Amino acid sequence: MTQASLGESVVQKTVHAQQNNGVAASLTHTQPLWLLAEVTYRCPLHCAFCYNPTDYDKHTQNELTTEQWLQALRDARKLGALQLGISGGEPLLRDDIEDIVVEAKKLGYYSNLITSGVGLTEKRIQAFKEGGLDHIQLSMHDITEEINNFITNTKTFELKKKVAAMIKNHGYPMVLNVVIHRYNIGHMREILEMAQALGADYIELANTQYYGWSLVNRSQLMPTKEQVDEAEAITNEFRANPDNKMKIFFVVPDYFSDRPKKCMNGWGEVFMIVTANGDVLPCHSARVLPNMQFPNVRDSGLAYAWQDSPTFNKYRGDAWMKEPCRSCSEKENDLGGCRCQAFLLSGDAEAADPVCSKSPHRHLIDQAIIDSKNPQSVAQPIVFRNDKNSKKILAGELNDRVKAFHALP
Amino acid sequence: MTSATTSTIAHTDVYALALHHRFQWEEAQQNYVILFPEGMVKLHGGAGEVLKRLDGKLSVADVVADLKAAFPDASNIEADIIGMFELAVSKGWLRKL
Repeated sequence: MTQASLGESVVQKTVHAQQNNGVAASLTHTQPLWLLAEVTYRCPLHCAFCYNPTDYDKHTQNELTTEQWLQALRDARKLGALQLGISGGEPLLRDDIEDIVVEAKKLGYYSNLITSGVGLTEKRIQAFKEGGLDHIQLSMHDITEEINNFITNTKTFELKKKVAAMIKNHGYPMVLNVVIHRYNIGHMREILEMAQALGADYIELANTQYYGWSLVNRSQLMPTKEQVDEAEAITNEFRANPDNKMKIFFVVPDYFSDRPKKCMNGWGEVFMIVTANGDVLPCHSARVLPNMQFPNVRDSGLAYAWQDSPTFNKYRGDAWMKEPCRSCSEKENDLGGCRCQAFLLSGDAEAADPVCSKSPHRHLIDQAIIDSKNPQSVAQPIVFRNDKNSKKILAGELNDRVKAFHALP
Repeated sequence: MTSATTSTIAHTDVYALALHHRFQWEEAQQNYVILFPEGMVKLHGGAGEVLKRLDGKLSVADVVADLKAAFPDASNIEADIIGMFELAVSKGWLRKL
């Protein structure tokens, strides 16, 4: 799965569009706008930056049935969800995406298939078109076959170009997602040119954020601040050219910022994620948090999950905050940042996101930046996202790579 | 009515929703929305009234006339409507036919 839905760019428009939806109001009046269906954690790609949980292997045997997914779609729509992301893993590994698409159309969702492109055939895309799928977001990795194949640990370069053409031929808007890291950040201009040549309408340049597999591989993936600045400058230059019609979202990496991101646009504010096994989460990586019981669609409906579950209410608003967030004049801007990042790095889920320069844990971020330049950390092999490595992590065989974190990423 | 003289919106223009955008009423939220890849916008009452009249045939002047007839008590409604067109065009929600 790509990092699209973690990207703030996705929700900026929502924020803009609902200026009246203040934090306090959200305690009682909030509605989910986005349902993200992570229909499977199985994936033919093995991306080093995947933010799926590293222990995903234990969730691959108990996926929801088609009927359970259709019911989840109906329930979320009743609550107000409008945008549907069909994601994973690779959603196309399930053969019922066509059924999900048809139901989404019937219910009035704006539906989006978030895919690596592997498994997208003429037959399937035609069925999606007829079924009413609104758009397809394709992950791309680089302009070079070498980096594409290296970072995904697969030979998928040619296939992605073919799939891009297929998407275009079927009259879909082309939305590309490129996760940015050390290995492709130097190719920003070429990546933008490639996207334009492919006829992309939108491109999301999602700087890697460090969750799941990307946290394990942080030292290997992190670019330098100078590289990020240059990439952003190239992006702005590209945007400034009136001949370039493609819309570009540049998702800023929070490690190089001194304020955290407003993660998921606020906990339980906009996004509702249903995972492959039916867990309902306010954010993709919420399962790293301690002492939480996540609702599951097999046991209770989505209305309970969203409105009444202790989990979704836990970090709504700002009553849970401690210092320095509690009295911070900027707390409404970012709501204290990301709870998962705070816990993973500091061991305290209520702490300020360590990215914040006011956080007593900021040194952890600075150290990570230093480590990413340390030849010894950098020389460690990348742990690619695959079943074998997930099993190893579960068995404790890669403890040296995760011991610095307060939960399995 | 002042913006029309400096506006990029001409009264004879005909607008329609941009490609890949969808406009619909949301019962759960009691407002109109525009949906598009990677985003959505909630529209407040007046904006929805403008957009729901765009059928690919009515010109800006037609929309203004229609809304004036529908809301005879609203003052300075024309400037608001033109302002809405300007915003929607600048955001890429509309395309000129």
